[in-house]
Amino acid sequence: MTEEIIIAGFGGQGVLSMGKILAYSGVMQNKEVSWMPSYGPEMRGGTANVTVIISDERISSPILNAFDTAIILNQQSMDKFEKSVKPGGLLIYDPNGLTRFPERTDINIYSIEAADEAARQGLSKIFNMVVLGGFLKLKPLVAPEFIHKGLQKSLPARHHALIPENEKAIEIGKGLLKPVHVLA
Amino acid sequence: MGELRLMKGNEAVAEAAIRAGCDGYFGYPITPQSEVMEYLMAEKPFERTGMVVLQAESEVAAINMLYGGAGTGKMVMTSSSSPGISLMQEGISYMAGAELPALIVNIVRGGPGLGTIQPSQADYFQAVKGGGHGDYKMLVLAPASVQEMCDHVKLGFDKAYQYRTPVMILSDGAIGQMMEKVVLFDQIPRRTDAEVIEQCPWASNGRPATRDHNIITSLDLDPAGQERVNLKLQAKYKLMEQNEVLYEEIQCEDAEYLFVAFGLSARICQKAIDLARAKGIKVGLFRPITLFPFPVIEVSNVGNHVKGILVVEMNAGQMIEDVKLSVGCKVKIEHFGRFGGIIPSPDEVVRALEQQIIGG
Repeated sequence: MTEEIIIAGFGGQGVLSMGKILAYSGVMQNKEVSWMPSYGPEMRGGTANVTVIISDERISSPILNAFDTAIILNQQSMDKFEKSVKPGGLLIYDPNGLTRFPERTDINIYSIEAADEAARQGLSKIFNMVVLGGFLKLKPLVAPEFIHKGLQKSLPARHHALIPENEKAIEIGKGLLKPVHVLA
Repeated sequence: MGELRLMKGNEAVAEAAIRAGCDGYFGYPITPQSEVMEYLMAEKPFERTGMVVLQAESEVAAINMLYGGAGTGKMVMTSSSSPGISLMQEGISYMAGAELPALIVNIVRGGPGLGTIQPSQADYFQAVKGGGHGDYKMLVLAPASVQEMCDHVKLGFDKAYQYRTPVMILSDGAIGQMMEKVVLFDQIPRRTDAEVIEQCPWASNGRPATRDHNIITSLDLDPAGQERVNLKLQAKYKLMEQNEVLYEEIQCEDAEYLFVAFGLSARICQKAIDLARAKGIKVGLFRPITLFPFPVIEVSNVGNHVKGILVVEMNAGQMIEDVKLSVGCKVKIEHFGRFGGIIPSPDEVVRALEQQIIGG
């Protein structure tokens, strides 16, 4: 099993930390992982993305141009990464703030209204965990017990009291997915 | 088994330095390696092991603090990125001349000049051919993973002391910034002053009545004396060439074509191998791990049994010169590179193989 994922959105949405929690959870489940962030001028201009690879085997290139899954949280990232999903792959997006929606017909597409729902429930700061929940519902790569361990490892000890809230956000996300285009 | 963590390459370098028993880190911030000192400052090794962490006023100051620290036998290191490493070249040459052990980490970014903050491999010549003046070499290690970033710190310190030479880790912004799982080796205690005196009889750390002064210098105005220094250095480099070559071969057994690449490029080539083999192209990878000493014989042994070689580097063609010198001219050898902070994608590498080597 190898899953190659791009998570892309605005700086501040928790894109990099979502990737880190996913990657650390993979480590806890004894998987090989890599986490490759954008750190350059594009990040300083406001957008952020991270490539996460989770595999049972040694990981070759941490840099990719085609992905099994794209998790897309703003318009610039949709424009940049919709075409990078492998045929038959998965695209999950939050429609909040989008003006152009994905058009591909050779991939599975789901929307998740995570930003709105997180705001309604007072969980805006961990909106990224709502999105992660949606992803894990479709691709349960890492078991919940290892997500728990991943959160423990990723978050500084002073924030460990917030772990139950993060896990609640993940559960909420699992119920928010809407199929947009599903392959037969 | 040691402690398992998910870490950035830069963080792994910093943690490995503490655990290797390093006595002092001296540096000056620059993207994309600033996490090395950030991690050290947060981790407070001055409380954990007594290791000094100091932000120097410049890279020139940092490298000369290394000269001073190493001169007393202390285990010292610095890290920087390309423009900062250029500023250190004079100090590195002096350390090679004075035979001082130290570890220098270059998290390379695109150049020339201030260039960009994105990853590059354009400092190969500077590291391997001597960016500073004079006939000197450094042992140069090229890690391709966060695990190797950690392991090469310990290896680098070991070799620096074994040969009394500066050692460089030549990595890049991508490996510095990316996180992978890493198994950390256990803490090695810092050497006591008595152990330093015993293990470094050449060091300038207080003269007992039983011996002459130890003088740390790279200056000898007598040409005969300076030639003796040079002959000694060359003999040391010859020993390194005989004993310290490290490399990795991946899927070379049945290979009809060969990628030669180091560091991040080698990782990209591994993915390119999967893509090419899915198309029926039998290609393998030769990855030099030491760039000096270069695996001359080893790459020639593999390279002379294939139909063509593509050297993949994030520069305009630097290591290819060493590959050509090693393999000779019977096999077609071409270069593929991207510059200025652009990272080649695996399918781009396969296309280059098809166009420049197979179809070319």
